[in-house]
Amino acid sequence: MDLDLQRPPHLPDPFRDGLAAGWKAIDASTLAEDRVFEADVAIVGTGAGGGTAAEILSAAGLSVLMIEEGPLATSSDFRMREADAYPQLYQESASRKTGDKAINILQGRCVGGGTTVNWTSSFRTPEATLRYWHDAFGLEGFAAADLAPWFERMERRLGIAPWLVAPNQNNEVLRRGAQALGVEVGTIRRNVVGCWNIGYCGMGCPTNAKQSMLVTTIPAALSRGATLLTRTRAWKLEPASGPGGRIGALECLGLDARGTDPTPRRIVVRAKTFIAAAGAIGTPALLLRSNVPDPHGVVGKRTFLHPTVVSAALMPERVAGFAGAPQSIYSDQFLGGATDGPIGYKLEAPPIHPVLAAITLPGLGPAHARWMHELPHLQVIIALLRDGFHRDSPGGKVVLRSDGSPLLEYGLNDYFWDGARRALATMAQIQFAAGATSVMPVHGSATSFTRWPEARQAIAALPLAPLVTPVVSAHVMGGCPIGPDVRRSAVDSSGRYHHLENLYVLDGSVFPTSIGANPQLSIYAVSAKLASALGETLRPRPVGQRD
Amino acid sequence: MSRRALLKAGVAGGAALLVARWLYTSTSPPPRGTQDAGGFDPAARSVVAAIIPVFLDGALPGGAEASAAQAQTLDAVERIIAGLPPATRKELADLFSLLVFPPSRCLIAGVWSSWPDATREAIASFLTRWSESRFALLRSAHAALHQLVFSAWYANPRAWPAIGYPGPPSLGSG
Repeated sequence: MDLDLQRPPHLPDPFRDGLAAGWKAIDASTLAEDRVFEADVAIVGTGAGGGTAAEILSAAGLSVLMIEEGPLATSSDFRMREADAYPQLYQESASRKTGDKAINILQGRCVGGGTTVNWTSSFRTPEATLRYWHDAFGLEGFAAADLAPWFERMERRLGIAPWLVAPNQNNEVLRRGAQALGVEVGTIRRNVVGCWNIGYCGMGCPTNAKQSMLVTTIPAALSRGATLLTRTRAWKLEPASGPGGRIGALECLGLDARGTDPTPRRIVVRAKTFIAAAGAIGTPALLLRSNVPDPHGVVGKRTFLHPTVVSAALMPERVAGFAGAPQSIYSDQFLGGATDGPIGYKLEAPPIHPVLAAITLPGLGPAHARWMHELPHLQVIIALLRDGFHRDSPGGKVVLRSDGSPLLEYGLNDYFWDGARRALATMAQIQFAAGATSVMPVHGSATSFTRWPEARQAIAALPLAPLVTPVVSAHVMGGCPIGPDVRRSAVDSSGRYHHLENLYVLDGSVFPTSIGANPQLSIYAVSAKLASALGETLRPRPVGQRD
Repeated sequence: MSRRALLKAGVAGGAALLVARWLYTSTSPPPRGTQDAGGFDPAARSVVAAIIPVFLDGALPGGAEASAAQAQTLDAVERIIAGLPPATRKELADLFSLLVFPPSRCLIAGVWSSWPDATREAIASFLTRWSESRFALLRSAHAALHQLVFSAWYANPRAWPAIGYPGPPSLGSG
């Protein structure tokens, strides 16, 4: 058991301690019979939105039930192996794809959701994004000044602070190359406390340094008596009997131990209030399966990714992109303040582990193996394109497969490819400026270049197309946009579904566009604001008590 | 390539795609248990067993270790498929049916011998053709095979020494 030797017994696992002390957590794959649960508030999803809501609403004195499709895995389970982490902790074993399979989506699916497996990058919502929400969608109450106290609150709660340790070499190359070209870079803030700088954030933090929902808000809710159901797929919201648009119950399916297939077990959840926080693919899918009233057909439309293109380089020095905080340097130089022009992009660096590298590098046989053999010298920059701000950038659409599972249809048009081409050029230029001996814009042609001028020429002529140019995304946003206009939004400015009294959406699916930055802090702040107001509305008031 | 040859290739490609679409839609729901690995039956295994040494040419260890590494990769592909959602398992089962069925293997994949007998060159050229196909459907099928095989091998600690990956760090006191 070499794996166990890697984890000394003194490393704490507070979640397991909590379970031993009586926290209520039920794994539906182990249920022998159907079950019924009741609560004041049922929350579907335990990621950045659901976790934040669970803490705030349980603190308001409400009984909270959390429903998670993924498994409960805690720090003792996090062995830093891709073979374990991707099937265990990610949607569709980290190979979820858009409808035409042109974009691979990395999305968490476990207790803590994306926060358990993200790379800890914490950005406030860019002001240009918030201004656009106001100007284009008439959203009031979400300007930078309105959200500032919520950002501050969640930054305090989750230990979000500038990363003062030197960047790992993969990020250092981004910094060095950018600065050589006069491209402005910044240091990423991270939600960590006592981080060991190991570099395995994407496989679950084994030391509990990452302040994910798994170690912060969910334990807080459980310690106040909340209940957590895992391996439980929220399937269908059922209307309450009687007049008025209310949800009465949520029907859930138990999943098998692999987490892939439903078992015969049914779990019925009755609650006064229902919160959908299953992420920007799961939340619209739940609403679509439930046939909730949607007179203007907005649910699932305008679902956004940050479609991301990749540039790989070989450096003369050792890079070891598998070690150290995966993301610490970024550049917004090319994001663009104006939102109506060509698509902008944010530059970052990813972790470089064997499976992620191997599936991203194109080609096969000796050509592919040559790049893999250089893994310690491999440097990678990614460009996250900001979708949703232009008429040619409508995002995707969540639809249901015949078995009821969600599928994100997401077209990539010329507006996108123009940005992808500019981004591939920018990244190559930065890598050469940092001293790269070879740069490969990641593309089916698998051609690499040793000098910037030839790379520039080739990238200008590269035939970019779906499934020729690999595109990935780690962020899902939108699909149930917030706003006052019922023709263009799904929820009002309190997060309440426009056409039902007791259904709220508190997650990244309320965003009217993509964020233009890693979205976790945006989700925390918006969910905290909405959940706090909801807590005030629902707070139990004992008979005779006066406010 | 002459204009005439190009047109011919285009017509043949179009016909192949029609056959592929027909196969994709006509193989739908055979009675299967929910717990199967998405049709990863012995015939599908023979396809994956044949493409593994081609994708991983230059990556697999040589000598005595080679066959064990290939066998482990094949098992890992099966495990990966078993961990995918039912809809994805079904799509992969359709893809493998198409690759196993001799007429579509010849016409669409362009592999004229059975998988165990196909040469590495024939398989490599099939994979390259699909990756460069003008049909997104064939490119997506290639991408699926690429992802399955490379995930299966590079998740294996056996693959790590050759690529200089030290594996996860020890969390012991040090």
